[in-house]
Amino acid sequence: MTGSPKITSAQVAHIAKLAHIPVTEEEKEKLATAFTETLAVVDQLQEVDTADVPTTHQVTGLENVTREDAVDERLMFTQEEALANATRKHNGYFVVPQVIEKD
Amino acid sequence: MSLNTLTLKQALDGLEKKSFSLDELYNDLETAIGDENKDINAYLTINEESVTEAKVKSNKALKGVPLAIKDNFCTEGLRTTASSTVLDNFIPAFSSTVTRKLTDAGAVMHGKTNLDAWAHGSSTETSQYGRTLNPRNLDYLPGGSSGGSAAAVAGDLAIASIGSETAGSIRQPAAWCGTVGLKPTYGRVSRYGVVAMASSTDSPGPITKTVEDAAILLNHMAGHDPQDGTTSLTEVPDYTQFLNQDLKGLKIGVMYFDISELAHLKEYYQPALKVLESLGASAEYVQAFDPHYAISVYTVVQRGEVSSNLARYTGIRYGQDRSHFGDEAKRRIMLGTFTLSKGYADQYYNLAQRVRTLYIQDYQKLFGKYDVLVSPSSPGFAKKIGATEGAAMFGELEDLLLEPSSIVGLPAIGVPCYRDEKTNLFLGLNIMAPMWREDLVIKVGDAYEKATSWNTWRSNE
Repeated sequence: MTGSPKITSAQVAHIAKLAHIPVTEEEKEKLATAFTETLAVVDQLQEVDTADVPTTHQVTGLENVTREDAVDERLMFTQEEALANATRKHNGYFVVPQVIEKD
Repeated sequence: MSLNTLTLKQALDGLEKKSFSLDELYNDLETAIGDENKDINAYLTINEESVTEAKVKSNKALKGVPLAIKDNFCTEGLRTTASSTVLDNFIPAFSSTVTRKLTDAGAVMHGKTNLDAWAHGSSTETSQYGRTLNPRNLDYLPGGSSGGSAAAVAGDLAIASIGSETAGSIRQPAAWCGTVGLKPTYGRVSRYGVVAMASSTDSPGPITKTVEDAAILLNHMAGHDPQDGTTSLTEVPDYTQFLNQDLKGLKIGVMYFDISELAHLKEYYQPALKVLESLGASAEYVQAFDPHYAISVYTVVQRGEVSSNLARYTGIRYGQDRSHFGDEAKRRIMLGTFTLSKGYADQYYNLAQRVRTLYIQDYQKLFGKYDVLVSPSSPGFAKKIGATEGAAMFGELEDLLLEPSSIVGLPAIGVPCYRDEKTNLFLGLNIMAPMWREDLVIKVGDAYEKATSWNTWRSNE
């Protein structure tokens, strides 16, 4: 049985970066404690005998569901509708943060 | 009698017979909301065009009746926040399948109700727009996450409402507020246009004054939707045909009273079993797979699915940026990111999905012997306001008895089965059936409701 991990604030910082969530130093400490506690509860699952038990990712039994490849105008946005909720737009485009560094 | 206290069925009958007008119905509701919503905080947004929209629908099945809709259902032109300031200014350009179907059938989306932010919680205390109070006793929480929908119904600030359940979010607030809550089979009702939480268990459903009202609404919500690949082609019956049936020969398994922390509830539920037996059913205690493991399964699966579902909120196409997430959403997104990350997915996510299979097998075994299974809806009465502070797994523990059936995908209904005279707080009876057998939970729930006086709207008749 694998022991329950103790999460450090350095790990929280790494997770925060992956999840793109801004966290303060104080929050990192608190989150590290909260995650350690929650994972200790979750680790009770290791008591259960799951040898030869398959995973279940969905419960309906449906497989390979597709729909007709047809245009349904009721489900389409106009450019105006698509942009209506954006806080930053320019010439009919969404403005996104720069991810490629300039020279 | 004020028209806001009517059940959905009574409102439909009254409009049909022209006993009152839509104007009168909406006026009484607006008055009640105006008087009480500032305290209860059930509604976040009211649709100012409601009466106008209602008047062109009087010839349709739902005749222009007003519904309260949980604010995680996208409603075209009507602000949808999921109770998070990330979506503070979000006006959807489309409607969820559920609200579109209800609107097409003649209902009006009269108001949007409060929830735990992103439906993360079981108290409605994590809403970034303030907590909702339990109208049965304002010192107490309504439960959640569909707390606003349950409170609107319980306080007669709505005729009926729509909520959504991922693991208890319909049945637990329904129980705490003394209302009916129906959680359909996963895949019975479309998730399209519902702000996604845990996609493998999210199930929209009605929260109502009576089982009959829930059956009427489910008729207009259920069915296959090409926009949600997990919806089933299984035929949708007219659910109202399962009302007013006896329970002759029905075999009921009674779950969870062998758990020591629930022993104190036996005295409240024993009389409910006697009522079911008097209606022709047989009831016996059964041993089920320990529900405590479902807390862990749900915690892992839900956090994982949340971390990917909430990745879309970047503040670019709509809403505000990710600094606006509240503490609970941050915790859940980040824990899910961790448990799905390389090296940990087997230890957490895949292990949880194996234990989920064990719950499915356990229910299959029980349904081989019993037609329906019943349990308490919650380990006790509603908790006092402030109870969630410092309780990182508050919801998981309050939903202990509902999580196993949620991760399995089963249909269930919660009906009031006890009222404490001192506190005016309620307990709920949770009735579960095999996949796609909403007919059974409606039949049993309706028969039980009509044989008892716990439902406070029965005195309307």
